Order: sequence, then structure tokens, then C-alpha cells
Amino acid sequence: MWSFFYKLASPKWFYELAGKLLPWFAIGAAMSFALGGIWGLAFSPPDYQQGDSVRIMYIHVPAAILSLSVYTFMAITAIIGLVWKIKLAHMVSANAAPIGAAFTAIALATGSLWGRPMWGTWWEWDARLTSELILLFLYFGVMALRNAIDERTTADKAAGLLAVVGVVNVPIIHYSVEWWNTLHQGSSITSLARIAKPAIHADMLWPLLLMILAFKLFFVTVLLMRTRNEVLDRERRSAWVGELLETRDGV
Amino acid sequence: MSAGLMHAFVAVLRRDLLLALRRRGDSLNPLLFFVLAVTLFPLGIGPEPQRLAEVAPGVLWVAALLATLLSLDSLFRADHEDGALEQLMLMPQPLSVLVLAKILAHWLVSGLPLLLMSPLLGVVLHLPEASFGALFLGLALGTPVLSLVGAIGAALTVGLRRGGMLLSLLVLPLYVPVLIFGAGAVAQAGMGLSYAGQLAMLGALLALSLSLAPLACAAALRVTEN
Repeated sequence: MWSFFYKLASPKWFYELAGKLLPWFAIGAAMSFALGGIWGLAFSPPDYQQGDSVRIMYIHVPAAILSLSVYTFMAITAIIGLVWKIKLAHMVSANAAPIGAAFTAIALATGSLWGRPMWGTWWEWDARLTSELILLFLYFGVMALRNAIDERTTADKAAGLLAVVGVVNVPIIHYSVEWWNTLHQGSSITSLARIAKPAIHADMLWPLLLMILAFKLFFVTVLLMRTRNEVLDRERRSAWVGELLETRDGV
Repeated sequence: MSAGLMHAFVAVLRRDLLLALRRRGDSLNPLLFFVLAVTLFPLGIGPEPQRLAEVAPGVLWVAALLATLLSLDSLFRADHEDGALEQLMLMPQPLSVLVLAKILAHWLVSGLPLLLMSPLLGVVLHLPEASFGALFLGLALGTPVLSLVGAIGAALTVGLRRGGMLLSLLVLPLYVPVLIFGAGAVAQAGMGLSYAGQLAMLGALLALSLSLAPLACAAALRVTEN
């Protein structure tokens, strides 16, 4: 068990393992995207009030869910990196940030597009949209701090610390903003109990869950690809990267 | 708290206050900024008392937020440049307690004057009489939170060349809850409603940041100060 973690912390071992796993995640993401996307966009029923514009949900909800959980993931990997001084954890944390920021931006953009027909405005200072916007700034802060520090280990630790401070603040910000103003529709799938008896019809729920799975698999795929690149970049002076480059022509 | 720790705490506090007293001009800048920023709003949105009274809670709190933000950059910078920060880290006492002394000094120099000036600016903005208590109490609970949370950002950016802009990006999102509850309390009071809930939330934020921020701040200094 422990030897597995020690091995995982070695960049070389991670590079090889990630390379082997990558195609499976990529295939899974592509398949669930295709299935969930076509089901959601073409075959699921339109909403009785919102009509076809409800289909934005199949992009908006998974992006919003991922935007929050990627931030948590980033903070957890940062804690692992800070406590056990594992360089690889910092690399994973660093590469989760831009992906999470992209999900947040997608959630904001689709939320705004959805708000136009539903609330009649492009932007409404609605609680959840606002806290997504602040989350985007939190992501930008972590990324900007990492970029501003030249020395890599310092940048890793400083950005990791900021991510931890941010993750303590995310619920506080979320609930204070919620309390300040809310007009967003309630969540339809908040917990496992609600999934068993959801406030959303099964014809909409299944494509939505598929899309959430697709977004998650996509996240893992892109994260593994980015981290592999970073491993190569940081370890470029080590022997195994040199060997790897020699065995592959034209790289 | 043991006697040695208390002694070190007081010594750091005294040193920072003395330094602030010697550099009176710098220390007054946040207060001047606060007054100036508030003065700009009537010029920008018009002098009608009713409209000013409506936006006054938000204006006062945002101005206080930005004034605190401006003062943060100087929290560790001078000590970083002359090496005093390294000496502080080498002391046998826990760094978080010493950092807390520095943050307290920072609040006494930059937060307290804002607090004392705020009723006057409330008058200028035609804030309803019922709101003054909420404004004062809210700022009394809220400005220490701003100093405490801001200190983490200041510690993370201390060695950087262009730390100022980055600092605002790091710190302002974290200030959102304080702004919401602070300005909310003033607005509630203006409508004659109870604002105890908002003050309780500000108090909770103060308790949380008082217990965690010095630890985070000390950890950040150990990272950036190598």
C-alpha cells in the first residue's frame, strides 16, 4: 500500500503510469460526451417552462460542479505537497488550476447565456453566479502568484498555501453571497438521497449525470496530459528523460 | 502565554508602533486615501442627500477595504528589505505570535484611524442617524479581519517586485464576506431593522481569522523568506 504511494510520488513512475491510463480516460470521456451530449441536446424532453433553453443545463451544471470540486482537489493536492513535501503533488495542483479556471469561465458564460431567456438579462447579481465569479478570481490569484515567483519550489509552496487559504474561504464566501442575494433555482441533485428521488425527471437526470461523468473524465485526461508535460519539463536534466528522448526520434 | 512570549509580543508591537510614529507621513496615507475616496463619490454620482444616503454603507465599506489594501504592502516590506524579518524568524518564540503583534500594530496604525474617521464621513454622506452605531461597530469588528486576512496576502507577496497589483488580486476576493456583512449591517440599521445577525457574523469571522490567519501568515513568511 505505502510502496504504491512512494512509487507514485516518483515523477518517472507517474509519467509511465499516466501514459498507460491516459487512453482509457480519453476514450471514456469521448464516449460519455458523445452519449450524454446527444441524449441531452437532442433526445431529452424540453422543460415545460423553459423550453429548449433548459438544454444549457447539460453544459452549465457539470461545469459548475467541476469548478468547485477542482478547486478542492487543487487544495488537497497542495496540502499533500506541503505536508509530505512531494513535488509531484505540487505539479498536479499547479496543472489543475487552469483547467478549473476554464470550467469556472464556462459555468459563468453558460449561466449568463441561460440567464438571458430566463431572467431577461445577461448578467444578474445572483448569488451563485456571483460566487462563481469570485471563485474565478481565486483561481486567477493562485495562478498569478505561481507565475510571479521565479523559483519553482517557492512558487509551489506559496501557491499551495494560497489554495489552502482559499479553500477555507470558499464556503464562507459562498454562504455569505447566498445570504446576500439569491434568485437562482435550487439545486435539483444535491445529495445521494436526492439522486434516488430527484427533483428532476429521469429523462433529464440520466443525460445530466452522463455529462457530469464526461466532464470529470475529461478533467482527468487533460490533467494527466498537462502533468506529464510538466514532469518532462521539470525533469529534463535527469537521465530517464534523456533516454526517453533518445528512443523517440524527432521529439 | 509564558512571560518570555508576552515580552516578545509587546516588544515587537512597541517597535512597530514606534516605527510608524517616526514615519508619520506614510502611516497617515491610508486615512487620507479613505477620506479622498469617499469624497469622490458625491462628485461622481451627484450631491442629492437621499441618493448619497442610499449608497453610503457600500461606499464607506468599499473605501475602508481599499484603504486597508493600500496599507498592506508596507506591512512586511521594510522589514524584508532591511533583514529584520529574518531576525524575527530566528527568534525562539513562535513566529505566528510575533506576526500577530505586527498585525495588531498595523491595525492600530491603519485600521483604527479609519474607524475613528468613519462617523464624520457618515455625516458627510448623509447616513441616517440610526446607522451610525452599525457602521462603527461593524468597522470595529471588520477592520481587524481585513488586517489579519490581508497579512496572509502581504506575506505571500513580500519578496516580489510588483507585489502591489498581485496583492489586490489575492486579497480582495477574500474580503467579500466582510464587505457583505459590514455594509449589510449599516443598510439594515438604516431601515430600522436589527443588525445583530450581521455583527455576529463579523464577530465569527474575526474569531476565525484571529485564530487561523497568524498561523497561515507565519507559514507564508517561511515559504517566501526562505
